[in-house]
Amino acid sequence: MRGTVTPRVTGPDRPPTEPENRTMSQSYAAEEGTPAAAPVEVPHGAGDAVLSIRDLEVEFPTQLGVVRALNGVTFDVPRGKVLGIVGESGCGKSVTARAILQIIEKPGRITGGSITLRSVGGETEITGLSPDSARMRELRGREIAMIFQEPMSSLNPVYTIGAQIAEAVLIHQTRNREEAHKRAVEMLRQVGMPHPEAAAASYPHQLSGGMRQRAMIAMALSCNPTVLIADEPTTALDVTTEAQILELIRNVRDRAGMSIMFITHSMGVVAQLCEEVIVMYLGRIVERGSVDDLFYDPKHPYTRALLRSIPRIGRNRKAPLEVIEGSVPDPHTRVAGCPFHPRCPEAIPGRCDTTVPALSTAGPGHTVHCHLYQGDDETGRTEPGEDA
Amino acid sequence: MNEPLLEVTGLRKHFPIRGGFLRRRVGEIKAVDGVDLTVRRGETVALVGESGCGKSTTGRTILRLEEPTAGEVVFHHPGRGPVRLESADARMLRAVRPHLQMIFQDPFASLDSRMTVGSIIAEPLLINKAAAGRALKDHVAELLTLVGLRPEHANRYPHAFSGGQRQRIGIARAIALNPDLIVCDEAVSALDVSVQAQILNLLEELQRRLGLAYLFISHDLAAVEHIADRVVVMYVGRIVESGPVEQLYTAPKHPYTEALLAAVPQPDPRVRTRPKLLTGDVPSPANPPSGCYFHPRCPYAQPVCAAETPPVRQVGEDHRSACHFAGALPLAGAAAAVPPAQATS
Amino acid sequence: MTTTPPPPVTEPPAPSALADAGNGAATLPQWRLMLRRFLKNRLAVASSVVLVVLYVCAILAPFLSPNPYDQQNVDLKNASPTAVIWSGGPAICSREQQLDTETFTYEYRSDCSKPVPLRFFGKGYEYKLFGLIPTDRHLVTVDKPHTLLIWGADSAGRDVFARSMQGARVSLTIGLLGVAVGTFLGATIGTISGYFRGAVDTLLQRFIELLMSLPTLPLWLALAAILPQDMSVTSRYFLITLILSLVGWASLARQIRGKVMSYAASDYVAAARIAGSSSARIVFRHLIPNASSHIVATAMLAVPATIIAETSLSFLGVGMLPPAVSWGVLLSDAQNVATVQQYPWLLIPAALVVLAVTCFQLIGDGLRDAVDPYG
Repeated sequence: MRGTVTPRVTGPDRPPTEPENRTMSQSYAAEEGTPAAAPVEVPHGAGDAVLSIRDLEVEFPTQLGVVRALNGVTFDVPRGKVLGIVGESGCGKSVTARAILQIIEKPGRITGGSITLRSVGGETEITGLSPDSARMRELRGREIAMIFQEPMSSLNPVYTIGAQIAEAVLIHQTRNREEAHKRAVEMLRQVGMPHPEAAAASYPHQLSGGMRQRAMIAMALSCNPTVLIADEPTTALDVTTEAQILELIRNVRDRAGMSIMFITHSMGVVAQLCEEVIVMYLGRIVERGSVDDLFYDPKHPYTRALLRSIPRIGRNRKAPLEVIEGSVPDPHTRVAGCPFHPRCPEAIPGRCDTTVPALSTAGPGHTVHCHLYQGDDETGRTEPGEDA
Repeated sequence: MNEPLLEVTGLRKHFPIRGGFLRRRVGEIKAVDGVDLTVRRGETVALVGESGCGKSTTGRTILRLEEPTAGEVVFHHPGRGPVRLESADARMLRAVRPHLQMIFQDPFASLDSRMTVGSIIAEPLLINKAAAGRALKDHVAELLTLVGLRPEHANRYPHAFSGGQRQRIGIARAIALNPDLIVCDEAVSALDVSVQAQILNLLEELQRRLGLAYLFISHDLAAVEHIADRVVVMYVGRIVESGPVEQLYTAPKHPYTEALLAAVPQPDPRVRTRPKLLTGDVPSPANPPSGCYFHPRCPYAQPVCAAETPPVRQVGEDHRSACHFAGALPLAGAAAAVPPAQATS
Repeated sequence: MTTTPPPPVTEPPAPSALADAGNGAATLPQWRLMLRRFLKNRLAVASSVVLVVLYVCAILAPFLSPNPYDQQNVDLKNASPTAVIWSGGPAICSREQQLDTETFTYEYRSDCSKPVPLRFFGKGYEYKLFGLIPTDRHLVTVDKPHTLLIWGADSAGRDVFARSMQGARVSLTIGLLGVAVGTFLGATIGTISGYFRGAVDTLLQRFIELLMSLPTLPLWLALAAILPQDMSVTSRYFLITLILSLVGWASLARQIRGKVMSYAASDYVAAARIAGSSSARIVFRHLIPNASSHIVATAMLAVPATIIAETSLSFLGVGMLPPAVSWGVLLSDAQNVATVQQYPWLLIPAALVVLAVTCFQLIGDGLRDAVDPYG
């Protein structure tokens, strides 16, 4: 995605992202800023994608038939940026995240495609590893960390926050218990926990939702992973807390140059946080582009309709919202052709309902899977006659 | 349009914290701590706030799903005149209930999965003997059509429907008795983004057609701005600000309202805001701070805020704020987003 | 960024997602869906078949048994199961009892030179089918004076097979009946406790806790010991059932209370209240139907414990007493190791207990999973 040239407006107070200068032992919290040393070497050369996902397919055999949760998903996670994955229920965004860590819930399994991780240790083909192998366990947490929507489900209620972070550090980094504990407190301080020592000594249920999410992020960052996958980490939080966590994630990216894959259903969060966005629908990617492309020049009818249907503050008061007719199909139904065609106002009969649209390029770094952009010419860059 | 339909004064709901072998009361959670609000006929009043602020409990207490601890709830019954809901006996309640209905957040939990859609919608009609036999069937079919479903859906069970369709079924049940007021408790929060707009539009259309008033309880400030006429902001069981939506959004008079509006992530990458972040967490209603409950997090807090509970002040027409410095602070409203070009089409 | 078009994939035409999925599963009531899920559980279905066979055996006990269950015969003391041979049809060898004068045990010498053929649907002793129709037909008989002992004989020369089938009548029904009474009590008290809450709930819960904290076996023993020794078999049967259910309802009430509480707090109950439903309507129209599947599953899981309880009581000599027959009574005959070593067929009732208990357990698990697939 290096070639992407987008007129993105950067906040004046935000330093430009410098992947080369990332140092881990810095504070991510906005109010504190006492950087310490210990720079980490970042490898380059194997492209600037930290993760490359190619033609990923995931299936869930169920009593009512096989659910094809992912139908050939291809994308890269760029280094040092926040890649947003946005979509509605059943679009496969969470399954994608879980597939990368090979923690898909049984009986789901990866049935095709590849996931390549490019980290300090070189390239790793994740789909080639057994989910229970030592290497896979080492990858989880050490190379790829994940934070979840409900931190309570991933924090163990019978251990203190500090002990759990220290445990992660002990597994992947040091053998020294005292050092691990110090690191745990340090991590909590870095994620803006108000009283890190007290927080380290408390149990998950003693913290509020926002504080638990901070603890979760501290744990995820404690081993200095290459990629951070965030699966709707703010969905269960209130707006004021969500704003705090988004700010924390921005700081993680800016100060550490972390590569982040951020899964959400909120267009507002995408707009405020991400550099690049993937829009998914029913197990497929429908559009990918820079956040500016996506919001100001959306190509796929689904993206366009989604943007028009969300209520925005300061506009559309009391006027009917534009809607997407129908609802997301049941996961058991298989839609032939483009997954969106039954709800698409611009669907081309005989084409959209039979053939899965191939990838076409709409601009630098902007791609779309839609028949409207696949003219007869080979370039596949045809613009639709009427632009919205 | 301007006659009041529902007047709530000093409503309190305290939940006991029990402990010990005999489950004695050892403390209490002041979930709703003195709420005043008015809903006029045919208007939409939104009750907003963060989780645990007591907005849902307020709605449930008004409908007597929870017994109020104190306060007055007056419903202006079209035939009987003012009815004191908070002290109404079972008989009176049953007579008034058809006029007050509710739509729930979770479209999956709010429908009895053992009943067909037809019998779910027919239940209020049957109980209140509003229709029977052939007329009942026709009425159910009519209601299904009204909410955008088809009459033959009556024979199906809720599991055959998507979240948005289930919410439509819940709406059909709520309007079956031709109510005056519907409490919408986070009615669109659990739905997919693309379905939320459908339901919001449906609610507005039904309001126009049936002259409904809504008490729209939500944490989604964008949806609230879209649907509401007036907005009431709650924080830890108390109302901090209330006023017409336009005024409240563009010129909030309470620091908490300002913080809430600023925290909403704008769906526009060219308007990237980095809001002044509130520090700390929402206090527990079991142990709220002194004075103004918001003072520990308030960037404008003065010593007086910790000492005294702020009085409710009139700060504009129909606009009230419970802040010691209401009107004196330079508070910013919601950033009027520059609409992305494509969205104006 | 270059276009990397994969060849357009053409999938077989599938029904459009928005086209209605027809009326297949859509109009199926909840219990039909549960039944579907249950039928997918092979172990549970197999267990159901086994249990049905056991109950049919219990009902048809006298028809299946070649000998009356209570007929003593000193000539057949501890006789081993009769071997079935083939001689132009299934047949048995004639046997003679001999006393081993060294060990003072009886031995049976088979003489297969004159095989005795098995007769199907032949005449035997008289009995009443289903307790109503007098008949003397049996599934298998042999000509007198020979005796067919499918599972051998006990120390009084009584047919173990006949006694096991007869015992199944008591053991299998006392389990169901005990649980039925317990479930009724538990469901009623659990529903009251869970729906009305407050002081009633607190009192009932403390009482249940008290009941559950008592060790069950001594309690049963004490209660059973109060029963007079000379009461009729039928009244004893019902009193034992009552004793078993009196202790068993408490845990059922607990579980049902929990379910009712969660249902009572659900939105659809709130919706029913707003619609103007009375408490009775909410309880009978919403809470009980929704809890019923859980009640059935929980009850099914309680049956094995009751069967075992009856067996234990009878084994200890305070449950059903001879001349009544239950699996526990039969097992009390096999109390010493020497007997078991010499006459292992006396343990067949124990195998039946294990079989029945396992089946109930598997069905209960199957029901629970069918009712609440994600629980």
